[in-house]
Amino acid sequence: MSDTASGLLTIAVLVAALAAVHVPLGTWMARVFTDTDRGHWRVERLVYRLCRVDPASEQRWTTYAVAVLGFSVVGIVLLFALIALQGVLPLDRGAAMNLDTALNTAVSFVTNTNWQSYAGEAGTSPLVQTLGLTVQNFVSPAVGLAVAVALVRGLARSSGSAVGNFWVDLVRGTVRVLLPLAAVAAVVLLLGGVIQNLSAPTTVPTVSGGSQVLQGGLVASQEAIKELGTNGGGYFNANSAHPFENPNAFTNLLEIFLLLVIPFSLPRTYGVLVGDRRQGWAVLGFMATLWGLMVAAVTWAEVSAAGGRLGGLEGKELRFGVWPSALFAASTTGTSTGAVNSMHESFSPLGGGGVLFSMLLGEVSPGGVGSGLYGALLLAVLTVFISGLMVGRTPELLGKQVGRREITLTALALLVMPALVLVFTGIGMVAPLVSSQMLATGPHGLTEVMYAYASAANNNGSAFAGFSADTPYVNLTLALCMFLGRFVPIVLVLALAGSLVTQRRRPVNAGTLPTHTPTFAALFVGVAVIVTGLTFFPALALGPLAEALS
Amino acid sequence: MNNVVKQSLAGLRAMLVLTVLLGVLYPAAVWGVGQVVARDQAAGSLVSYGGKVVGSSLVGQQWKGGEWFHSRPSASDYAGATSGGTNLGPGPALDATVAERAAAAGLDIASAPADALTASGSGLDPHISPAYAAAQVERVAAARGLDVGQVRSLVVAHTQGRTAGFLGQPRVDVLELNLALARLAASSAG
Repeated sequence: MSDTASGLLTIAVLVAALAAVHVPLGTWMARVFTDTDRGHWRVERLVYRLCRVDPASEQRWTTYAVAVLGFSVVGIVLLFALIALQGVLPLDRGAAMNLDTALNTAVSFVTNTNWQSYAGEAGTSPLVQTLGLTVQNFVSPAVGLAVAVALVRGLARSSGSAVGNFWVDLVRGTVRVLLPLAAVAAVVLLLGGVIQNLSAPTTVPTVSGGSQVLQGGLVASQEAIKELGTNGGGYFNANSAHPFENPNAFTNLLEIFLLLVIPFSLPRTYGVLVGDRRQGWAVLGFMATLWGLMVAAVTWAEVSAAGGRLGGLEGKELRFGVWPSALFAASTTGTSTGAVNSMHESFSPLGGGGVLFSMLLGEVSPGGVGSGLYGALLLAVLTVFISGLMVGRTPELLGKQVGRREITLTALALLVMPALVLVFTGIGMVAPLVSSQMLATGPHGLTEVMYAYASAANNNGSAFAGFSADTPYVNLTLALCMFLGRFVPIVLVLALAGSLVTQRRRPVNAGTLPTHTPTFAALFVGVAVIVTGLTFFPALALGPLAEALS
Repeated sequence: MNNVVKQSLAGLRAMLVLTVLLGVLYPAAVWGVGQVVARDQAAGSLVSYGGKVVGSSLVGQQWKGGEWFHSRPSASDYAGATSGGTNLGPGPALDATVAERAAAAGLDIASAPADALTASGSGLDPHISPAYAAAQVERVAAARGLDVGQVRSLVVAHTQGRTAGFLGQPRVDVLELNLALARLAASSAG
């Protein structure tokens, strides 16, 4: 079988698996977040009692936002303390981080970014990995899921001012969605060869007279939720290229499936929750089109480069090869995951530019857990606004009017990421503090720095890893980008939910622009691509495009 | 203000409760299942030779000397302490590195298989391509005084096809091949 046939068949199996699962999983998630008649699970009641929250009370958007921020800031403080104190806690194994690295890491894992300025083998003790990072790998996507559901309630409800109860959404998303799926995935990964032990790194003598360090760790349990929760922070420095995280072509396919499955199922959840499944199909069509385009572009670039003398294999594992590496790269950058099974900096100029573009789309192809859906819905609001202006109709989404307040919140939420990326990349280009950390010079160097800030502001976490990011200035500015890139849009999205929920849903009439048709989905894709293109074309022209043409 | 304190305290309690569930019970449960259904894999698919653990079948090693099959180049020489790649993109720096690798391994850049000239992303790639293994057969056979046909059939026996017929690439696990080679040499010497 040729590489092309093998690559196409791999993609076909992945798409078939996603097609089979997204309907039942999406419907299940819709039930999870509306389940009132069957009540709470026993373990959930226990959590509510211990946390002293009333699961029956509903929150206005302001309280919901305060709860999200309170929970997340507490998470940052606790994780920072755990990392800073790892040297005096049990099982430290000599792992250590500087304080600026520790702060960067704490913000990184709480914001679902998982940017890593440290190497997993040296920077984190097993205690930090399990009590700190694995826990945030669950709760940070659960926060994203909660915010997305709150926005959907804003569209679906037409009375009152409440958008849900954050604590209930957080606990249910964790207990009923993420935990069971992660547990099954962890066991399958274990059977595939991913390790799960408490051994310290051991030095073994090799047959040819040398020696080698073999790593240990509770990797399978973390690997499963790392992908499923679109987190991406590797247990080891090489992330999913490491044989103990991703031992073979089967685990590789499973990991790609895990990072796509919840984001691609959420459009179904949306359709069910708003009572019109066609709306979900339109969002799914939008996400799948962008993902398909990015997979095609990155694969084309890498397969073309593989025709050269080096076969495109620098930075890639032989057990995967070029096609599955490109598929992983487009999927991890399109889902705000940031795990890597090959080194993106070693990609061809257009392949590297492609994965950068995939992040700059704003993480909606299909985006992170929750953040992909609310990002796509922001673009849907923008699309009805723009098309409303074009055809002279009142902009409405699902019978909710997009007025001045709604479009202002939407535009602000969409502008946060581009502003952070362009401002900090610009500063980086003139500040010796940043440019001295670059591995490459010229256009590739610009791509390196832009990739870092795009990765942080989009909460992706993948890297052009030649960039030495472990300095105080870079650590702190990236932490700032991660924090603002996550929580400013979240607050604005919740404000939008609060504004929409108070509106009565207007009946459909002849003047209504339907938002479930292929025409709308095409417009929707066009808006995403054009907004990204107009914002980033100058910078991309100086980086990857200049490199590809030179 | 009151609300901020109230929600943050709830957040603190939630973090502590969820840490017990997700950071202790969940990894422990997966560990327990691993001990029952996948003990070897959980421990790292360790490989023994002469009664001693000499590596993992999943993790590549550095092989020096003409009598062994060599692995791909590695950014970390397969030390295992910290994994990672070179992060070099196409360009003069990578070309220079490739030229150094070829010179060190005595390979001709124009004809060598791509995996013989490139480092993997992990620096721990356990595999080489069947082409690179084939290119090393004569050297290994000569260094060990073995029959070329015998070594070649050993390579063929250790060549794995694509997983399930279509996933990944055909490949040879270098550690397993070299251990088979060592056993063969030991048996023919004895």
